[in-house]
Amino acid sequence: MALAVTDLEHPTPRTAGTPVRVSRFFRRHRRLSMLTTLGAPVAWMLLVYIGSLVILISAAFFELDSNSKPTTDFTTENVSKALTTGSFLWTVVRSVGIAVAVTAVCFAIALPMAFYIAKIAKPRWRRSLIVAVLLPLWAGYLVKAYAWKSILTPDAGARAAHPGGGFLEAIIGWTPGYGRVAVVLTLAYLWLPYMVLPIYSGLERLPASYLDAAGDLGARPFRTFRSVIMPILIPSIAAGSIFTFSLSLGDYITPNIVGGKEQLIGNLIAKLQEQNSALSAALTLWPIAIIIVYLIGMGRLRAFENV
Amino acid sequence: MRLSFISRLGLRGITVIGLAFLYVPLIVVVVLSFNGADSTLWPPRGSTLDWWRQAWDTEAPKNAFVESVKIAVFATAIALILGTLAAFAMARFKFFGKSTISYLMVLPIALPGIVTAVALKNTFVRNIDLGFIEFKVGFGVHSVIIAHSTFCIVVTYNNVVARLRRMSPNLLEASADLGAHGFRTFWSVTFPLVRSAIVAGAILAFALSFDEIVVTSFTAGPGVETLPQWILNSFGRSRGVPVTNVMATVVMALSIPLAWLAQRLSDSPGSVTTR
Repeated sequence: MALAVTDLEHPTPRTAGTPVRVSRFFRRHRRLSMLTTLGAPVAWMLLVYIGSLVILISAAFFELDSNSKPTTDFTTENVSKALTTGSFLWTVVRSVGIAVAVTAVCFAIALPMAFYIAKIAKPRWRRSLIVAVLLPLWAGYLVKAYAWKSILTPDAGARAAHPGGGFLEAIIGWTPGYGRVAVVLTLAYLWLPYMVLPIYSGLERLPASYLDAAGDLGARPFRTFRSVIMPILIPSIAAGSIFTFSLSLGDYITPNIVGGKEQLIGNLIAKLQEQNSALSAALTLWPIAIIIVYLIGMGRLRAFENV
Repeated sequence: MRLSFISRLGLRGITVIGLAFLYVPLIVVVVLSFNGADSTLWPPRGSTLDWWRQAWDTEAPKNAFVESVKIAVFATAIALILGTLAAFAMARFKFFGKSTISYLMVLPIALPGIVTAVALKNTFVRNIDLGFIEFKVGFGVHSVIIAHSTFCIVVTYNNVVARLRRMSPNLLEASADLGAHGFRTFWSVTFPLVRSAIVAGAILAFALSFDEIVVTSFTAGPGVETLPQWILNSFGRSRGVPVTNVMATVVMALSIPLAWLAQRLSDSPGSVTTR
């Protein structure tokens, strides 16, 4: 394999300087060189991140004393409370429902947008259009959440100090106000680019000849879409849904800002941190378990292969 | 696939509506920063530069901005070193447990922020006894930096590993055949090829840290206030909301050129969203 190139003017020096000796040393000791590159990052992730998760989960199994400080007394009370209390279960169901709704809304908007940008728009416009979709990701999470708070402001009524509503009320004469719908709308707004992008990349890789072939075989556009485009897009959609689903599931800032009375699993965990940290820790088992199941499911749909 | 004129028009319509959906809220924020009244109602009542003047004269948002930049710089530096090292190891070596490690790297962004936040908070508050050393992380600026580095590693790692996987191994062999030792190959071949991916990863990590609120609010010490924390607190107050719109406008004006740069430097538009 290695061609014997004899460079007579610059022969490989036999008596080598430090860099050469060091790089020879690492080439001969591959295991050591792997350890020096991989050791620090893996140690960081294990110590800081996995270590913290282990501490968090174990915190769920120990009793708190009267000052709500953790003790060493083992108990399964918090975990069974977190897993069986009716109001907690209902909150988990609502949170999953909202994450699914956000994913569905994002998909419904993202698919036609991605299709237009990838397959119909003029090629010289494509890159600019996709950049235009991605740029709002950079505007800041809170900026966007508060933008929606002001847009959705309901009309306070003629007797209020400032009658009139926010942007939506003024332009279309209707607003969902603050609540469940507002949470879905705001989260869908926040995560839409994450759904457009993988679908766009999937469509970009889909050769135009496939679509022509389907057409030549007599398929109408809807049939082509169902039998040719969708099967190829499934990994991309799964990849996009990981973002929309998992970012929505644990979010508690957006429900705080536009949710009105709506409380999701994230709000519960955040609020209980102060009052009962062990119960709060036990409640994190819900999002952890749901996300792991979700990731495994999406992995089956080959979501990780093309992103 | 031949689409009728109507369906083409329909798709174009949805795309225009989708882009409007993405941009109108941002434009509303910018317009409201010049609002004559202290409210979020539409249309704005008159226009004024008072909020801009007030934002300029107030110390708190400026301090918060500096704090955020400081934290983001340190977190990016750590994430850059660790993420790049991990990327090189993962691209170069085969070993037992490799796929586990690639899952490990992305876990901090796959799990909800609130889980990461309470996990780190619960750890930083404790005395940690590793047998040979006992310590407590505590809360301050350093705890935010440690927390941010942890989820920023993903971004730098993803960007660099994607570039390395695309790089032909022939280049390294050619370099060795031409007599270059390891460092020379790295310096003259590998590094120039991955440089832009490293820069793009750094910009993304910076942006991620700069914008983070959930993990920050659980790991920041009492005296620490980042810009997102300031925005969260000041929107909670009923007065002076337009000043927050001013800061939001400033953040957008600064971050959009950075986004454009990261876009130019990374391999595909996709790299921008690998958070």
